[in-house]
Amino acid sequence: MIAKPIITAAQAAAKVHEGQVLMSGGFQGCGAAHSLIQALKAQGTKGLTLISTDNAMHDFKTGTVTGIGHLIQDRAFTKIISSHIGLNQETQRQMNAGETEVELVPQGTLAERIRAAGAGLGGFLTPTGLGTEVAEGKQVITIDSRPYLLELPLKADIAFIKAKKADKAGNLMYAGTARNFNPMMATAADVVIAEVEEIVEIGEMDPNHVHTPSIFVDFLVLATRLEL
Amino acid sequence: MEYTPNKDNIAKRIAQIFKTGDVVNLGIGLPTLVVNHLPEGVTILLQSENGLMGLGPAPAKGEEDWDMVNAGGAAITIQPGGCFFDSATSFGIIRGGHVDYTVLGVLEVDQQGNLANYKVPGKMVPGMGGAMDLTIGARVVIASTLHFEPSGASRLKRHCKLPLTAVAEVNLVVTDVGLFEVMGDRFHLRECFAPYTAEWILEKTDADITVDTDCKTVTFN
Repeated sequence: MIAKPIITAAQAAAKVHEGQVLMSGGFQGCGAAHSLIQALKAQGTKGLTLISTDNAMHDFKTGTVTGIGHLIQDRAFTKIISSHIGLNQETQRQMNAGETEVELVPQGTLAERIRAAGAGLGGFLTPTGLGTEVAEGKQVITIDSRPYLLELPLKADIAFIKAKKADKAGNLMYAGTARNFNPMMATAADVVIAEVEEIVEIGEMDPNHVHTPSIFVDFLVLATRLEL
Repeated sequence: MEYTPNKDNIAKRIAQIFKTGDVVNLGIGLPTLVVNHLPEGVTILLQSENGLMGLGPAPAKGEEDWDMVNAGGAAITIQPGGCFFDSATSFGIIRGGHVDYTVLGVLEVDQQGNLANYKVPGKMVPGMGGAMDLTIGARVVIASTLHFEPSGASRLKRHCKLPLTAVAEVNLVVTDVGLFEVMGDRFHLRECFAPYTAEWILEKTDADITVDTDCKTVTFN
């Protein structure tokens, strides 16, 4: 089995370039690649598009910033595609000020659009969003007299994945609800970087416990920061 | 009659709807209060859209495992027999009709069963999160809300004005004054919560409401 390169968070960040589309796993920061986010913040790359189910937290009152919120705070993104931005006041501020374009996508539709991109599908049909603003400009297709929206795949240039454990081949295992969007995102980006808390030798991971097969992972980074 | 907002009564009434074995998804905020009022002996399976089945109580302070959170990002525990899954599977469970009940918060709900709860254009735009999938997929959609906005207007409307989360998907509306079934063209008052009477509710709510011939008055402890 071929081992994947183990690189530093800074080396991982250097693979992200202005104008690219970045997928970031995590749900309110749980299962987000915090070391990679911090390294990209230090690098200061701008003009990115973010695909992430939420924007973690930025609370103006307490000054608390978590997860991907650190990059939003630095205005790293010109466009954000998310299902929920409610706990990030900075995203809402940027949206209302016209600084950042925000596309809201229902959470299940977002997960499935990413999955479709990684699974070689041209799109899928979902009843979610029918009759709402989400349906605007989209094709409605009727199957067995039920209407559905045609939703298209969503892919990225680079994905920041967070897993609990990897083997050196790049097989990943997630913990708890930190799995969330990570498995789909790992399939849907040209370059996939997985931040993990532990890296074991090839052969030391039970193949029955692999959530993301090694072929989806290009680089491994050992987590250095585990803050939320 | 004076109106006093009471979220606990809403949660208490909703908790009595469930039977053992029901799969339930509770939204963030008011709906999460429901777990505090489940009757003795009723065991429901709580689904959380961020990827677990068998949501347990909050951990003791200092015992949080931050790889286990609920859809609001708060630390949780998982019950024996519970399981974790990714978000695509989670929403497959939701859209696929495998969730019996979803309980959601409300900005506006109307007598056609339309729900608006994700956006006040130009003011507050939290996003729909999983709410559009939950309203489409769950067998029974329960809208839970204080009956009145801070302005005094009822949150039960003839027609929602805000951008919709769901079209004609709401089945029940439980407020702190009563329980309403959505009949497609009107609300149907099934229960009044003491001290509020059907006459008072009709007078204070600008919507078409019919009153059940067996409309009960419920008193909460």
